[in-house]
Amino acid sequence: MNKDEMPRAPGLYDYSPSIDRPKITWPNGARVAFWVAPNIEYYEYDPPQSPGRRPWPKPHPDVIPYSHRDYGNRAGFYRMMEAMAKYGVRGSVSLNVAVCQHHPEIIEACKELDWEFFSHGIYNTRYTYQMEEEMERAMMVDVIKTIKDCTGQNTDGWLAPALSYTTNTFELLAEYGVKYTCDLFHDDQPQPVKVNSGKLISVPYSLEMNDTVVLTMLGKSMRHYADILKTNFDQLYAEGADNGQVMCIPLHPFLIGQPHRIGAFAEVLDYITSHDKVWVTTGREIAAHYYEHHYDNVVAALAGNSAKKRDA
Amino acid sequence: MSLPNDYATNYPKRGHGMDHDRYAWSQLHERPAITWPNGARVALWVVTQLQWFPLDMKPGVPVPAGMARPYPDYWDYTLRDYGNRIGVYRIFKVLDKLGIRTSVAMNSALAEMYPYLVDQVNQRGYELIANGLDMGHPHYGGMDRGEEAARIKEVLETLRGMSGQAVRGWLSPIRSESKHTPDLVAAQGIDYLCDWANDDMPYGFETASGTIHNMPHAMELDDQQILINLRHTEQEYVDQLKDQFDCLYAEAEQRGGRIMAINLNPWVTGQAYRIKALEEALSYIAGRSGVWSATGSEILDAFKAS
Repeated sequence: MNKDEMPRAPGLYDYSPSIDRPKITWPNGARVAFWVAPNIEYYEYDPPQSPGRRPWPKPHPDVIPYSHRDYGNRAGFYRMMEAMAKYGVRGSVSLNVAVCQHHPEIIEACKELDWEFFSHGIYNTRYTYQMEEEMERAMMVDVIKTIKDCTGQNTDGWLAPALSYTTNTFELLAEYGVKYTCDLFHDDQPQPVKVNSGKLISVPYSLEMNDTVVLTMLGKSMRHYADILKTNFDQLYAEGADNGQVMCIPLHPFLIGQPHRIGAFAEVLDYITSHDKVWVTTGREIAAHYYEHHYDNVVAALAGNSAKKRDA
Repeated sequence: MSLPNDYATNYPKRGHGMDHDRYAWSQLHERPAITWPNGARVALWVVTQLQWFPLDMKPGVPVPAGMARPYPDYWDYTLRDYGNRIGVYRIFKVLDKLGIRTSVAMNSALAEMYPYLVDQVNQRGYELIANGLDMGHPHYGGMDRGEEAARIKEVLETLRGMSGQAVRGWLSPIRSESKHTPDLVAAQGIDYLCDWANDDMPYGFETASGTIHNMPHAMELDDQQILINLRHTEQEYVDQLKDQFDCLYAEAEQRGGRIMAINLNPWVTGQAYRIKALEEALSYIAGRSGVWSATGSEILDAFKAS
């Protein structure tokens, strides 16, 4: 894709109405693949400016938003981790990989619990907006190497730092062997992503279930957030009887790890994991299962539909 | 800037009635009672919006739920598109279960991109309402008249050609008009506008091509307005729909048929955690006697015949 163009549609996926698509199944007849994605982040104290976004609203130092986020690493993370461990939920960490250098203690704690690490860029204050291709490549190479060196894991998943992109992003991810992206919010099932070479899928990251979106952007209370999570799960669990669904809870330890929130969150984990037909899993495992059992069928079905359903 | 000397007191149109000629002054409570088919008390008009928010949108006026982040904003783009893939079918399932029909207001660019949706509207016997080109192209005061006329013509040709329907209703994207919009849509054979938020019933609307009507399309009872803009809870949304219905249902006994209009955005109400709220509210309404589920055109025709 020529990056000078500004396409009107992403061109990354085909139209696929929920009422007319192949059936997805999960291991052991599960209806919902459920995963939790804590964003373990490092926000720089005095980050460089980007033309796409101002990192902090106030002139340096912007103490409150900086320190609020730092709370997540100092206090919130451990509380969140204990709640997840209690209910047997392994995290799929959306990692600003500079945490490997700043706070290796957190990485070690996650490794001990067999958590997955996937990329959330280097810092959450370095945006992909307007990066030239070589710069975006350098960022990806750094991320993949850092995760490998620090955790021994491959970078199978990607959530762009602060959800910032270029029109090259998905093509490059496929080229570097990333298997799934969390950056497309158009569906409750994994979907093939159209790239020129290699393979890429989207795994639902359930952005509307993100604690930042619900608690901060929409200003909901924690108890209301807990109701939203349970109601969302109930609906997908019902629909999953016909066609397997995915639900993710994307988290930020600085929000969910607050003492006044963790109790209601633990109740949600208790509620969801107490269902029979739920597969409590990770992003990597969902992607692997989908590639093995469903990817080819879905691609073939979409190709068969292409005359009727044009590109998005 | 200093004010003109007569700023406070000079307005030549100061007098009885409206300060424009688009419609006549009329109070709801003074009008003759309207009768709906089969003696129904309340006509239930559900409008489902199917819209495309283009990745490169640079609208002439701000569009809520547009691309709020730098290009390419996959975040907003794909969350809106979720409604067209998943959310709309959750809504249709609820409507089917309760025996409720809907008018579907569609951007013509979305119809061209996802013709499957047009087929769904036709197969289900729903009415298609024109909702402009796409959400990146709201109409607005000061836009070029020739450009607007050409766009309206193109939108209606596309939707009429693809659906085979007459397409009698017009809803402007974000309900935003230029001063010419009513004239231009009427010139293309539109019978009713859905933009103006000033009544509970249809009323005559004057255009250069004669009198058309404005229908009481829900502005306050819009899921995006309540749940996104005002950030009310799902339960508060349910309560508002029920309260609106209770008032209209009671009024209908004294003052004639009323219209309960509900506007749905599939990317809002079609979310897995919100669909139950919609079902609760619609079950409450559909469960009462004397509720007539109808399309905008059916309601307008019954209004004119009454």
